Amino acid sequence: MAEYQNIFTRVQVMAPSYAGVPLERGNKEREGPPIHVHWLGKLGDAQIGPIYLGWFGLASLICGFIAFEIVGLNMLASVNWDPVQFVRQLPWLALEPPSPAYGLHIPPLHEGGWWLMAGFFMTSSVLLWCARMYRRARALGMGTHVAWAFLSAIWLMLVLGFIRPILMGSWGEAVPFGIFPHLDWTAAFSIRYGNLFYNPFHMLSIAFLYGSTLLFAMHGATILAVSRFGGEREIEQIVDRGTASERAALFWRWCMGFNATMESIHRWAWWFAVLCPLVGGIGILLTGTVVDNWYLWAVKHHVAPVYPAVFAPLGDPSLLQGVKP
Amino acid sequence: MTTLFGSACRIAALGLLALLAACERPPVDAVQRGYRGTGMDQIYNPRTLQTQAAKNALPPDTPPAPAVGPTAGQVFQNVKVLNDLSVGEFSRLMVSITAWVAPEQGCTYCHVGNNLASDDIYTKVVARRMLQMTQHINADWKNHVADTGVTCYTCHRGQPVPDRVWTTAPSQTRLVGMAGNKAGQNAPASSVAMASLPYDPFTPFLSQGNNIRVVGGEALQNGNRVSIKQTEWTYGLMMHMSDSLGVNCTYCHNTRSFADWETSTPQRTTAWYGIRMARDLNNQYIDPLRPVFPATRLGVGGDAPKINCATCHQGAFKPMYGASMLPNHPELAKVRAVVGAAPPAGAAAAPASPAAVAGAASGTSAEVLFAVGSPALSGEATRALDTVVQALKADATAKVTLSGYHSASGDPAQNEELAKQRAFAVRDALKAAGIAEDRIVLAKPQVAEANVAGEDPRARRVEVAVMK
Repeated sequence: MAEYQNIFTRVQVMAPSYAGVPLERGNKEREGPPIHVHWLGKLGDAQIGPIYLGWFGLASLICGFIAFEIVGLNMLASVNWDPVQFVRQLPWLALEPPSPAYGLHIPPLHEGGWWLMAGFFMTSSVLLWCARMYRRARALGMGTHVAWAFLSAIWLMLVLGFIRPILMGSWGEAVPFGIFPHLDWTAAFSIRYGNLFYNPFHMLSIAFLYGSTLLFAMHGATILAVSRFGGEREIEQIVDRGTASERAALFWRWCMGFNATMESIHRWAWWFAVLCPLVGGIGILLTGTVVDNWYLWAVKHHVAPVYPAVFAPLGDPSLLQGVKP
Repeated sequence: MTTLFGSACRIAALGLLALLAACERPPVDAVQRGYRGTGMDQIYNPRTLQTQAAKNALPPDTPPAPAVGPTAGQVFQNVKVLNDLSVGEFSRLMVSITAWVAPEQGCTYCHVGNNLASDDIYTKVVARRMLQMTQHINADWKNHVADTGVTCYTCHRGQPVPDRVWTTAPSQTRLVGMAGNKAGQNAPASSVAMASLPYDPFTPFLSQGNNIRVVGGEALQNGNRVSIKQTEWTYGLMMHMSDSLGVNCTYCHNTRSFADWETSTPQRTTAWYGIRMARDLNNQYIDPLRPVFPATRLGVGGDAPKINCATCHQGAFKPMYGASMLPNHPELAKVRAVVGAAPPAGAAAAPASPAAVAGAASGTSAEVLFAVGSPALSGEATRALDTVVQALKADATAKVTLSGYHSASGDPAQNEELAKQRAFAVRDALKAAGIAEDRIVLAKPQVAEANVAGEDPRARRVEVAVMK
């Protein structure tokens, strides 16, 4: 007899297809017969459909597909259309932004023009999807928190690929599309600007990133721990605090000194998640435009501590006379 | 269902293993070499070191042959570089070179079997130039190779062509049409340790003299326009250096600031000279051999196979872990046939440099070396001036400039005076040899201090140059 477990469970709730809440007039109904997938039910809800895409969703998917194809076909072309090499080298392949020599001009297709196009369609795609998120939330009478959180991520993406390159006057400042190439770009960015770890907004962003994972772990663990008392019915617990909520709150007062409420914990999590890319974007935006060397900035403002010298101080050999070139 | 789930698990496990296959398995050794908590660690994988150690062992060698009897130049024909060696020394070096460079092919890899003097085989012409290059490295690039020096074996390791050489990568624009421009990067290239960075950082930095530095010297933006893409080229060169030496970034750089010289390790200076040395060798010695090489040896762009850090280092922080082959091969330790100078006082281990007078070719300049703290000319140093005196006497219109230098240690003010007194001593010696005072120009260098820390014998010198 299968029984319910609150970490991994083999119990899967089977129910007739759920049609959703009635929408206000003017909203198109979802289409197609719903299906149930057992494997999806192991992770989340087994029901797929009915489908509603709408104009925003459709346009977003088309733009996303175009961007994906531009990047993918350029990668395939870069290995001479060899599918085997495409798979083998995929992590290394990339679509590079234009060379800095082009500034903000539009370069030929194979020298960054494709990159500009891919960037345009990817940006359109995520913005359209964000608009769709906003409108679907409104259609359901929900708040628009998800759309705003998504917009925070889009902000960071646009700072990296659009706003900062424009302020720097060169598309070449932007990130390449590629798996290893974008990581190497990130490391090169930190090297160029004298160690990004001394950027206080980068520090904040890391704090919010790790803070998000911590809060997520704490909250998930708390709710699972009180699910035997109905703790996962969080909404009911918010308006009518039950024993699950009381126990969870007391637990954190014992272990942490104070506690979030069933409602405020979600505000904490939302702000941590939203602030991570938000402050990160500010940090990137200041880099190169205002600050050129974060290490020296941190030394100047006494952020970087002074350590005892271990090696005898070197001079820069290029400043010495009589040195071979 | 269970079997399906099981096979899915197995596939996932296999996938995970495939992903981890490129990683080195633990444990690795971490050696702290900076202030605690600053991440100044060197990471060594003992298993990698074990395979490296065998590759970097010294080859068997014999003690030097006596420098007695007739010279190679007198006995053999067409000896251009090693003609002042005794026949014994010369023959021993030839046997050594065969063992170092062409152990399987033997003498005939370079020589025509029935006429050893012939230059018909191109490898002999290359080898002659490489002997000059080796001597040049050992004499003039002590900033990088110190007294350890190099021999043919440092790069060749028993192979006619060293394992790690490079040629300029073909231009991308010829390969791409409308799409798929790699922009000289984004390929799994061993030259940059399998990063997706530009895979030919050698042409711009080790052949051309492009700017390697990307980090600005001021906190706030003040016109430093170096781009991220440019940074990636520098980064590629650094990955190559790290991979070639088997070390982390922190071998040379401080974790907190890659650019700051004040907190860098001493190795960074050595590496700085190494970059300049590779550039010098490629441009002065290797690439000019392009017409000598057959087409098969040349790169796609028709350039000669050149040197980078890996050519000598081959995965070790110092080639052969710093073991020197020069004690057994003093003939490679110095540039022959140029005006030499007095050995430094107290440096008994230094091979006595003969104040060779054979250098009529470069007789218009000389370096006169001095003992520690002394402005006095030694007898040998005076003899080194002979060629200068002869050149001045041969051309009555020529003038001579003297610049005095001192080593880095000691009191700066006192050293300045010492450098001046040294120049005066050389001036007096020239006057004593009959050179009129108005032909002697004393040129005070902007910085008289040596560019290396401590007592470098070559620092305590007066540079003598004849100007037409």
